[in-house]
Amino acid sequence: MSLKDKDLEQIAYLARINIEKSKFPSLKEELESILSLVASMDSVDTKSIKPLSHPLDLSQPLREDKVTEENDRENLQSNAPSKEDGLFLVPKVLEDED
Amino acid sequence: MSEFYKLSIKEKLEGLKSGSFSSLEITNSYLERIKSLDNKINSFITLTESEAIKSAKESDKRYKNKENLPLDGIPIAHKDIFCTKGVLTTCGSKMLENFLSPYSSTVTRKFEESGSIVLGKTNMDEFAMGSSNETSFFGPVMNPWKSNHVPGGSSGGSAACVSAGLASGATATDTGGSIRQPAALCGLTGIKPTYGRVSRYGMIAFASSLDQAGVLTKSAEDAAYMLSIMSGHDSKDSTSLNIEVPDYIGEIDHDIKGMKIGLPKQFFSMSLPSYVEKSIEESLKVYKKLGVEIKDIDLPHIDLSLPVYYVIAPAECSANLSRYDGVKFGYRCENPKNLEDLYMRTREEGFGSEVKRRILIGTYALSAGYYDAYYLKAQKCRRLIAEDFKKAFQDVDLILSPTAPDTAFSIGEKSTEPVEMYKQDIFTIPANLAGLPGISIPCGINDGLPLGLQLVSNNIEESKLLRASHQFQLNTDWHLAWPEMGS
Repeated sequence: MSLKDKDLEQIAYLARINIEKSKFPSLKEELESILSLVASMDSVDTKSIKPLSHPLDLSQPLREDKVTEENDRENLQSNAPSKEDGLFLVPKVLEDED
Repeated sequence: MSEFYKLSIKEKLEGLKSGSFSSLEITNSYLERIKSLDNKINSFITLTESEAIKSAKESDKRYKNKENLPLDGIPIAHKDIFCTKGVLTTCGSKMLENFLSPYSSTVTRKFEESGSIVLGKTNMDEFAMGSSNETSFFGPVMNPWKSNHVPGGSSGGSAACVSAGLASGATATDTGGSIRQPAALCGLTGIKPTYGRVSRYGMIAFASSLDQAGVLTKSAEDAAYMLSIMSGHDSKDSTSLNIEVPDYIGEIDHDIKGMKIGLPKQFFSMSLPSYVEKSIEESLKVYKKLGVEIKDIDLPHIDLSLPVYYVIAPAECSANLSRYDGVKFGYRCENPKNLEDLYMRTREEGFGSEVKRRILIGTYALSAGYYDAYYLKAQKCRRLIAEDFKKAFQDVDLILSPTAPDTAFSIGEKSTEPVEMYKQDIFTIPANLAGLPGISIPCGINDGLPLGLQLVSNNIEESKLLRASHQFQLNTDWHLAWPEMGS
């Protein structure tokens, strides 16, 4: 399994993690070593096997569709890096028209 | 009495009940030990000294009024992965360096309601990703048994602090071995219960289909006391098991005559250091004397565990950790140019290299065109592994193996080769994949470093694990040994 720079760029973008170009060679090597560890799954025939997503094969319980949590906005926003009037602040998303 | 730390939880509770000593005395003695010894091992991220003293005084009042609670006055520590309201909860990451949790996890709430005293929050691998506690933003933890050796991970701080006698016991979590491997490397008892036995509410998520909370203690008896507090159904965790919790403490005294222990031939055909093999042989002799039948078993797909785990855990981690975006809580980069730059640099600067590696692998495994080949394939192989265990438990009660392939390694020895580090968990990962409970107990010491053996049982049979471990500990004294710094 070999990764190209382009692959790593694409993965990093999907993960929204900036990666310095200088780190590409060592990172690619590390990721490739993990992918070759993982590759041994390929030798197993799993055509008729159902995937296991819950280790005990249980399904999720349902509850009545009712609001159970109180509004705790101020407390929950207490760790926000930037906020105003109960809103989270981020850099401007829409650009001004020239 | 200056050696409170050498008393078991049961002995402490008896002394507190009879008035031989107070919780304040015990708590102060632990705080003093932490202050004089923790600078050598770095096992705590946050100390909650004044809260501990306040709770100890309240506990003493309850004893005086005969209103004492199940774990009243016992000083413990929490892994810094459990949210504690108003107390720093960092998960070992720069991302959460200043995070004051707005709510408490079910686990820490239950311990609070049991009267136990919280001494502080313990160091850990960043977001529980690691097997050596070297990935923590707050610096590595040292193994109390030998300086410059790792305590194991990811619950390395919890293990080191209990091993050094800085807490009676500590909570921990286990996604692929993060309780059992540090237990083995630090000479402790560490139990990971069945998936869903302990609520994950307020436990910072790593890989949600694998994560499970448990404890690190000196003995199986101590573990039974702590596990009784934290187990049980919680409607706030949709994967929580709604099954009655047995009397763990009462059941450890039953003998284990007639039990059957299976030895997976795949594990025993690996080449292991001779002292690891010898410690297992000696342990099997103890079990035979106790009337246990030993037989070889076959787990044909067990070799797939490591590959399957390194798809499923990173995939789930990449989804869980997408919440750290620099907007709602946690670290945010300086002067973001735009929203995308904010996300990209916050995550570049806030996460350490192992966490980023796993997010990238997971993102790749879940991305369009690769999902079937990786994540779906891994889930199918996961079923094969779980089925192997199901079959094995038709014949045996417990499965025994070493916990880790070797004793503790030195700091830096494996940190540049991720796959070498991952192999630390080769014996522990299968139980997480199948959701099974597992325990590690001390079974030897080689060149000053502890060795551990692992027992795995069928689902919801934690009692059997605790019982088999307690009976072993009644006939051996490895669990009673203390590292030099702790004695």
